[in-house]
Formats: sequence, structure tokens, C-alpha cells
Amino acid sequence: MEWVQQIINGISLGSIYALIALGYTMVYGIIKLINFAHGDVFMVGSFIGFYSITAWGLGFFPALLLSMVACAAFGVLIERIAYKRLRNATRIAALITAIGVSLLIEYGVIYVRGAQPEAYPDVVPNISFNLFGAQISSQSILILSVSVILMIILQLIVHKTKIGKAMRAVSHDVDAAKLMGINVDNTISATFAIGSALAGAAGVIFGVYYTKIEPLMGVIPGLKAFVAAVLGGIGIIPGAMVGGLVLGVVETVVSGLGFSLWRDAAAFIILILILIFRPSGIFGKNTREKV
Amino acid sequence: MKKINSFWLIIILSIVIYGVIQYLITTGILNQFYSNTLIFIIINIILAVSLHLVIGITGQFSIGHAGFLAIGAYISAIVTMKLHLPFSLAIVMGGLVAALAGMVVGIPSLRLRGDYLAIATLGFGEIIRIVFLNIDYVGGAAGMQVSQLTTWTTSFVCLVITIIVIVNFTNSRHGRACISIRENEIAADAMGINTTYYKVTAFVIGSFFAGVAGALYAHNFYIIQPTNFTFLKSFDILIYVVLGGLGSLSGAVIAAVLLTILSTFLQSYPETRMIIYSLILIIVMLYRPKGLMGTREITDYFKSWKGTKGDNQYGK
Repeated sequence: MEWVQQIINGISLGSIYALIALGYTMVYGIIKLINFAHGDVFMVGSFIGFYSITAWGLGFFPALLLSMVACAAFGVLIERIAYKRLRNATRIAALITAIGVSLLIEYGVIYVRGAQPEAYPDVVPNISFNLFGAQISSQSILILSVSVILMIILQLIVHKTKIGKAMRAVSHDVDAAKLMGINVDNTISATFAIGSALAGAAGVIFGVYYTKIEPLMGVIPGLKAFVAAVLGGIGIIPGAMVGGLVLGVVETVVSGLGFSLWRDAAAFIILILILIFRPSGIFGKNTREKV
Repeated sequence: MKKINSFWLIIILSIVIYGVIQYLITTGILNQFYSNTLIFIIINIILAVSLHLVIGITGQFSIGHAGFLAIGAYISAIVTMKLHLPFSLAIVMGGLVAALAGMVVGIPSLRLRGDYLAIATLGFGEIIRIVFLNIDYVGGAAGMQVSQLTTWTTSFVCLVITIIVIVNFTNSRHGRACISIRENEIAADAMGINTTYYKVTAFVIGSFFAGVAGALYAHNFYIIQPTNFTFLKSFDILIYVVLGGLGSLSGAVIAAVLLTILSTFLQSYPETRMIIYSLILIIVMLYRPKGLMGTREITDYFKSWKGTKGDNQYGK
């Protein structure tokens, strides 16, 4: 029954990856930029949650909401300051700027509060249930349900609202969307806001589940979430969810088999295999490049 | 004729620089700290120039260069520390194994383009690091003790060889093929250039010199650990190339020198260093996205040398 346990742990981890991956995939879908700073928005969200719980005594859900709102604002700020000027720049310039923004956030946070890790307070009671012999903690259930609810809300926003329609139009064809009277700048900002809010939520959930947070914690989950986004087909929202879950399960299985030091390598090996054999991802369609 | 001139120019210039600095070191005007910084600058220049060949000349966006640095460092350390062979052999071995790894990594991943290639190389770089982390023979996470063998002379010789090889490669028929791939891969393909072959060649040469730099790096620090070769190290190298100007060898050299000096002075304030670093990066990308030198070389600024090297003759 240990396997059921591993799979459940994997799904909890995977849902965190999926939440971060959604932001990557949405931003990539709309402006074709790998937003390296996304993992750091996740870190900032985690710290906002931490301070609002410890300093202001908020509960889990208010802290989650606060973190999401603050991260949304932060994401829009990053986009307006750093990325907006780069709309017509080369891809390399945009990517380098993203790396720069990422380093700036990480070391800015270290500069302000130091590099020491912080222990997340216990805000969610940890009760274990026994299901078919596997121990399921209430925290895993909470993580999973929060992620699923956020993903459903995201799907509703993307498919049922006006801004969602605008986002899909812009990601399909920026120029045509502009001609149709869509405010492209606002739509891109909205994409950043939604993606960053999801990353902020992932940050708080990560803190509650893994209890240790530090300023450089966003780097590896950020990269892995990117792997998840590529795995599912970058730019495709359901792809990011599935990719995140698959990656989380694969990682916990690799650790469960006793190769815990190879866990990080597993994610990158998956990335390279998928890039070589199916670069458009599980859900992607192959597009032919035209001259 | 022109090519020969620039070749001898490099040789004479380097002998002069070498003589002056060697004199300063032997007379003790430059103390241990400064000569160490000089070696560090040279290592960074070799790294910057080797990545310049991949990104600046061939236009293949690789951000896993630290992986090849790690291979060079570990292989050379094994050669000197475990097999007790001479350091010069260790440098060559480090370079060759890194080149081999470059071929293994390059053949599959260079089929990809743009962002995907960047991420794939980043992944390969991390995998290489994790492999070293898991090999107990080289010390695992604790790292490996290496005695200091890198001197100013060895590193300078390596630097001169690196620059001569890369300048000559760039100015050769193969180099022009690589530049055509950078400008437009599909057009280059249509012109009958074997794009895969040239991309892999440039990648292998770049990896070779990254391995050489790794050998120098390992024997300058007493200890090498897998944490020295994370993708942050790759970003450091990338920053030299991009700030210097994509496609400009002298730009990469200048950026490597300036940033190494900057980071040496800010060594005791690592957070401030990284903040300044990232701000420079963002500001240069926003206001001067072509980098300090664009695609021009420093020699282009001297009129009489115009056209001897660099790629201002390639239309940019």
C-alpha cells in the first residue's frame, strides 16, 4: 500500500507544480516569453503568506487570498516595468531580462530580510485518514482541493469571461486581436496578474505543506514547473495541469525507489526526452514553421 | 594577407601583455590577491569566448555552459589528483571529455530552436551537475580536494590559444557558415550549408574550451563542489556574452573583464553584488539590447584595421 501513499504524495507535489506551471504556460502562450521570474513570484507569495499568518495572525484562507492579490499586483508591476518595453525585442533580450528580474527579486529579498530560512506556522490541523491502508493527511486533501478549485476558476475565467476571450484571442494572433479592438496591453497585464496570483497561492500551499521557506526556494520549483508546462504542451492550460501532476508523481516515485538524489535529474531527463521526441508536448499540435 | 597580419598582431600583443604582467608578478608589485584575480579574469574570458562561439557566432542559445565547465573541472582533477599525471595533460583531457560531452548533448538538442534549445541545454547542464553529485569517486556533494596548479603562465597560454582558435574559426569558411546559420537558419539550409554539422561543430569547440577553463578553474580553488556549477554559473557566463554584445568577441572579453573585477570588489557583499549584476543586466537589455559592442569588434574602431576581423562585413 506504500504505492498508494507515494502516488498521493506525488499528486500533492504535482498540484503545486501545476499551479506554478499554469502561470508559465499562460505567459508563454500570450507573449512567447519564458518568465524566469515566475518562480520568484511563487517565493514572494510564500513569504507574504508567512508574514500575514505570523505577524497579523490571519488564518489560512485570508492569508491565501492576500498572497494571491499581492502577487497579482507584483506580477503586473514586473510586467509593466521590465517586460513591456521588450514586446518587439529579440527573444534572447527578453529571456535575459527575465533572468535579470529573477535574480533581482531573489537577492532583493535576501538583502531585505537575510537568507535564513523560515519555518511555516501550523495553520491547518494535520489529521491523518486511513484510506485503503494509505495515510492521507488533511493537508494533502486541502492542497488538492485548493488547487482543483483554483484550476476550475481559471478555466471559467479563460472560457466564460470577456477577458478570457481576449486572452485567447491575443495568444492566437496579437495583430488581429488589436484590429478587433482588444486592448492588448491590458490583456497581457491581466494574464500576468492571473498567473502570478496562482503562483502566490502555490507559494502559500507549499509553505503549509513543506513548512520550510527561504528566498531561493523558487528556483527549483520554478524550473520544474517549466518542465511541467513543456511536458503538457506550452501555452495549453490543461496541459500544464496534467504536466504538473505527471511530473510530481514521477518525482515521488523516483524518490520512493530509493534514488532521491536523482529526483531533480528525473525532471530534466523528462524535459529532454519530451523536447527531442515530442517538442510540442502531450497536448500540443505540431505546427510547421513557415519562412 | 590580412588574416596573417591579425594573427601576428594577436601574438605580439599577447607577448607584450604577458611580459608586462609577468614582470609585475615576479617583482612583487602584483601580490597574490591580484594575480589570483588575473587568473580568475582569464578563466572567465575563456568561458565567455567559448560561449560566444555558440551564441554569438552560431546563434544557438545555450544556457548549460556550466555543465561543460564542470566536466572539464572534474576530469582534470581526476587526472591530476587520482592518476597523478601532469597538469598540461589534465587540461587537454578536461577539454577533450567536455568536447565529447558537447557532442553527446549537442547532437540531439541542437535539433531544437530558440527557447526550447535554451531550456534543453539548461536541463543537460543540471543533469551533468547531478551526475557528479552522485558519484562518490569524485567526492559527491562534499566536493573534491584539488591542489593549486594553475599559474598565470598556463592560464595565459590557454587564453591565447583559445582566442586564436576562435578568431580563426570565425574568419574561416566554417565560421562564415556558422554566421549564416545565426542570420537565418532556413536560408543557410537552402544555400546548401549542412546546418546540423556546423551547429554541432561550434558547440563541440565551445564545450572544449569550456572544459579547458574548467581545468584551470579546478586547479585554482583547492576544492571543487557540484554547487559551483549550478545554472547560476551558466547565467554568469551568458551575461558576459550578452552584455558584451552578441556576436562580438572583443565585447565578450571586455564584459568578462569588467564584470569579474566588479564581482571581485563586491565579494564581501554577495547580495549587493547580485543586485547590481541583475540591475545592469535589466538596464542594458532595456536600453541597449544589442549589448555594449553590438556585433562590432574593438578593432573596427581603428580605421586602418577595418575589415580584418569581426563581422561588420556580414551586413550588420
